[in-house]
Amino acid sequence: MAQPIKITPPLTNADVEKLKAGDKVLITGVLYTARDAAHKRLIELLDKGEKLPFDIKGQLIYYVGPTPPEPGQVIGSAGPTTSGRMDVYTPKLLELGLKGTIGKGQRSQEVVEAMKKRKAVYLAAVGGAAALIAKTIKKAEIVAYEDLGPEAIRRLEVKDFPAIVVNDVFGNDLFKIGVEKYKR
Amino acid sequence: MFLPLDPVVNMRKISPLEITSKVKELCIKAACELGSDVVLALEGFRGKEESPLGKEVLDQIIKNAQIALKEDAPMCQDTGIAVFFVEVGRNAVIDGGLEDAINEGVRQGYKEGYLRKSVCHPLTRKNTGDNTPAIIHTKIVDGDRVKITIAPKGAGSENMSRLAMLKPSQGLPAIKDFVINTVKQAGGNPCPPIILGIGIGGNFEKSALLAKEALLRNIGTPNPDNELGALEKELLEKVNNLGIGPMGFGGRTTALAVHIKTAPCHIASLPVAVNIQCHAARHKETII
Repeated sequence: MAQPIKITPPLTNADVEKLKAGDKVLITGVLYTARDAAHKRLIELLDKGEKLPFDIKGQLIYYVGPTPPEPGQVIGSAGPTTSGRMDVYTPKLLELGLKGTIGKGQRSQEVVEAMKKRKAVYLAAVGGAAALIAKTIKKAEIVAYEDLGPEAIRRLEVKDFPAIVVNDVFGNDLFKIGVEKYKR
Repeated sequence: MFLPLDPVVNMRKISPLEITSKVKELCIKAACELGSDVVLALEGFRGKEESPLGKEVLDQIIKNAQIALKEDAPMCQDTGIAVFFVEVGRNAVIDGGLEDAINEGVRQGYKEGYLRKSVCHPLTRKNTGDNTPAIIHTKIVDGDRVKITIAPKGAGSENMSRLAMLKPSQGLPAIKDFVINTVKQAGGNPCPPIILGIGIGGNFEKSALLAKEALLRNIGTPNPDNELGALEKELLEKVNNLGIGPMGFGGRTTALAVHIKTAPCHIASLPVAVNIQCHAARHKETII
């Protein structure tokens, strides 16, 4: 298989245009975490005309709710959660310059279209490989909504975080390509 | 069959504290130790997988299980809602509340094991903070022992599970279509490779319970009913021919196993439940 492409957020249009559905990537740098409850609050903030708790431009959001760290650990197990639950919130965040999301499972047609329009990508990490993925997370701090526990927004610093490009900016979808190739 | 109650002198007393302590251990063990049957199945399918990316995903899953075991780390961050199947011997007397003892074990296990608390109010979405209440299914059986099985279940696969009340005239072909369509619609969401628990018959809630119970059978253990065994084999092949593959990236390994349980149903009904289980197929048991 081809060698993984190394990326470091914040990403530009030119960065995401290099990524094609099926490519392996290794992410080094900053990721922001958010899932259901945090997304709901982010959108509520925007609806009220307020600012987000972090600068979203060029960034990647990782859909994860980690287990609590044991003493001495940076983070507990931290694999991706199902992305489809965030579909309803994603187009709005892409509009603000979010360059990609990381999760597992398929996105809605609306999100796929919004990614094409706003030049953003959807990456998948291996669901359930949570202990393995946690090893790539070097630092974690809560930036908002501590009361949400596992659902709080965290700023992660990662090194060689492994992911696969599912939806690229050209409208290709690895899930569709993959199934076509291996169905009988 | 009606059996008279044994004399009271034969009753065996079981302390709720012992139940709590065993449940606590089971919660942690289930989160960190993937069953050897699942590991064996993953390795077997890894050998047959045609997709290079699919192979890499299976390798990651196998490696993750090894790390989790070695480091006592949860294999998945979704350590689930705690589901219990409890068989209480009719000659066992629990010296206190069974459900309270189990919930206390969950409370302690999820705290001390650093497991994620994933249980909340359905409408306000407020987290209960300690992963209780557990979902507990209790049966009274012969003997004086208490058998406790924990099967913590993540939401990724649970959310993709479905139930249909089919017409009896539709029969087996409709059952097969429903199973295949359920897997197809689920795609990469439930973290394939999956295991399918299928409940056929009973009524609305019984079919769902049968499907969940079917997941408790170890992979590789044949169905005691030969015809159902053949149906499991046929469905496994059909599901794997969908091409969804590991994590939905395309490949020949969509499911590791199909397990079916049946029960008699009403002459007007044909309930079918498909409970999807992700590859983190966690279940542990203990006998007190």
